[in-house]
Amino acid sequence: MSELALRPARVALVGNPNTGKTALFNALTGSRQKVANYAGVTVERKEGHVTTASGRSLSVLDLPGTYSLRARSPDEAVTRDAVLGRLAGEAEPDVVVAVADATNLRLVLRLILELKAVGRPMVLALNMYDIAQRQGLRIDLDGLRRELGCPIVTTVATRKRGVDDLVAQVEALAAAGEIGGHANAWREPTAPEIRAAHREAQRILRAYVRPPERPDTLTGKIDAVLLHPVAGLAILLGLLFVMFQGVFTWGKWVGDQMGDGFTALGAFIAAHLPPGLLASFLTDGVISGVGSVLVFLPQILVLFFFIILLEDFGYMARAAFLMDRIMGGAGLHGRAFIPLLSSFACAIPGIMSTRVIDNKRDRLTTILVAPLMTCSARIPVYTLIIGAFIPDRTYWGFMSLQGLVMFGLYAAGIVSALGVSFVIRRVFWRGAVEPFLMELPSYKLPSAANVARNVLLRGQIFVSRAGRIIFPIMIVVWVLANVPGPPPGATEPAINFSVAGRLGHLLEPLLAPIGFNWQMTVALIPGFAAREVAVAALGTVYAVSDAGGNPGALATQLAHHWSLATGLSFLAWYVFAPQCASTLGVVKRETNSWRWPIIMFLYMAGLAYLTSFATYHLAVALGAG
Amino acid sequence: MIITRKSKAYRTFPPMHDMLAEPADVAVTQLAPTQVAAAGAGLVRLSAARPGDRGVIVEVGAQSHPGGHGVDVDELERRLLEFGFVEGAHIELLHEGAIRRDPIAVRLDDMRVALRRRDAEDIWIQLDAR
Repeated sequence: MSELALRPARVALVGNPNTGKTALFNALTGSRQKVANYAGVTVERKEGHVTTASGRSLSVLDLPGTYSLRARSPDEAVTRDAVLGRLAGEAEPDVVVAVADATNLRLVLRLILELKAVGRPMVLALNMYDIAQRQGLRIDLDGLRRELGCPIVTTVATRKRGVDDLVAQVEALAAAGEIGGHANAWREPTAPEIRAAHREAQRILRAYVRPPERPDTLTGKIDAVLLHPVAGLAILLGLLFVMFQGVFTWGKWVGDQMGDGFTALGAFIAAHLPPGLLASFLTDGVISGVGSVLVFLPQILVLFFFIILLEDFGYMARAAFLMDRIMGGAGLHGRAFIPLLSSFACAIPGIMSTRVIDNKRDRLTTILVAPLMTCSARIPVYTLIIGAFIPDRTYWGFMSLQGLVMFGLYAAGIVSALGVSFVIRRVFWRGAVEPFLMELPSYKLPSAANVARNVLLRGQIFVSRAGRIIFPIMIVVWVLANVPGPPPGATEPAINFSVAGRLGHLLEPLLAPIGFNWQMTVALIPGFAAREVAVAALGTVYAVSDAGGNPGALATQLAHHWSLATGLSFLAWYVFAPQCASTLGVVKRETNSWRWPIIMFLYMAGLAYLTSFATYHLAVALGAG
Repeated sequence: MIITRKSKAYRTFPPMHDMLAEPADVAVTQLAPTQVAAAGAGLVRLSAARPGDRGVIVEVGAQSHPGGHGVDVDELERRLLEFGFVEGAHIELLHEGAIRRDPIAVRLDDMRVALRRRDAEDIWIQLDAR
């Protein structure tokens, strides 16, 4: 009995992007998968388990898609290192499953030739075999098997066809493990070697694959519309509009119900516990802390539903194509489009999805500007201040002044994000943006089960990762705002006596030039936990009870205490200010260094101060002081 | 109106890319349209091709803008090769973007690929006779 028979066999799925590799992974492992990170890098590690018919256990790794083992992005480096067994804490795979789109074999044949040089036992899974058959594409499976020297299985991952056969082949290879492999002969190929490999792939293709009798013409027809310079952009804008409607109506409605639920839960606990630090800790610290994260979950799920649906359909590559030049003008990569789009719901999933960007500088630039996009946590603050200071007037019958200001704030976020990235790429990191080379996959009808699984997975990742960072920060901010407590007989709000209150008073002279009074400065400190917390904090310092549930009363108070110039300055502050500790925490995690969150904090705080200063003094000069 | 004028410019010159292009002018002078014509009828850079142009790739390189791609020229050449831009491949320009006709989408043998004109400057195509 070899050692191999006693432990689960390690199987790695390798293939080009868009070959249905993840669908095959889902078909193999079902719900028995877990997502973590590879040690030391922020690349997602997706592992699942399969038990074979004979009871053998297989542990399957879904590696990031790649065109070559010559890695360009952190994702692709993981694929290379995992296959070569170089990854810290990971042994080399016992069996490699090369996943290929049966209708598009040319590039994957070249990858297979590279994988053969690595020398691990390999199975080739010809996925989407039903589409190949429908197109009348003929593949001489026996010939190809002899030529490549590895077993070939045909699969239709979305219908779970061929999966048992694949498992049986993998198991057979794993059982013969010790004799199946040979020493690794892979090294990075040079340009002439890639050309030679292409010729070899071309020869194999000519010998064993007959071109389709009924090639796919639908993709070309759809592209003629979706990639049209005018119609394509109009459709993209229309899709974005629908997406935003979805996020801000359905997603926000569910989130608001959850928010009410958390408020009710807090009230219930407050009513059944003696007032004091414990009750305050549970209601203001734990429940509102966890609640303020979870209320964003519905919006994030709706957003990811759209993104994953469009991704599986094949549209996201087209969106990147349409946006590349527009983003490129600001020094951003076409692929930065999706992360920035996600940041309208919340910067955290946006920053986490920058992993699709190959180049480190392109990726860091996107991370640095993502928080400037107007996330939904700013909406309560904007609504409060606009309601308090902007008159409810309508022009030309349909243009509401309040709506215009809201639109202006969104536009300011977008323009400043593009402006900052322009400055980063033209001043600090001069030089061209990474080449934009992207496959435009054939359009495919998304599978409902796969979309549902991936949306749930994204939601899980958000809750566990964001939760792990946000929860402790909420606790720290609560402590700052409540310790030490007020002396007996104090009439002022308790927060004035806490560390946060003292810090607020200390910072007041610094923020006075931009028109902030000490109450605002104090409210900014708990507001650092999450932007919308500032609304509740303002309620606390102005001693308006239940400010969150009754913003009208607070707005009246603010309109009474603040000048218009101060109100506008506060709005300008919120466009730029790094008022979200969780985002900084996620940036630290994604970049593995404190350097980038610190840079982000400083540049955003600097921009916020300058804009607020300019806004305040301009408004005062115009007589709004 | 402006767009039509630009499109004519494209027909005769390899694209002059915005501010990113420092050495672009050198490339233009090196291969004036007359020289291209002399090198062989129907030989064009992929970067200068128009939608509907189709043919066979006769040369793949990346030497025109060292330092202009965000990666070195050898790396760009290898990436182009890995995506299937290889001598002998059949290619057809399908679509182009709205701004400065960039990026472009091409059919490359049996797949579709998007890239920027700037990175396609040293891919030469022998156009099919029409």
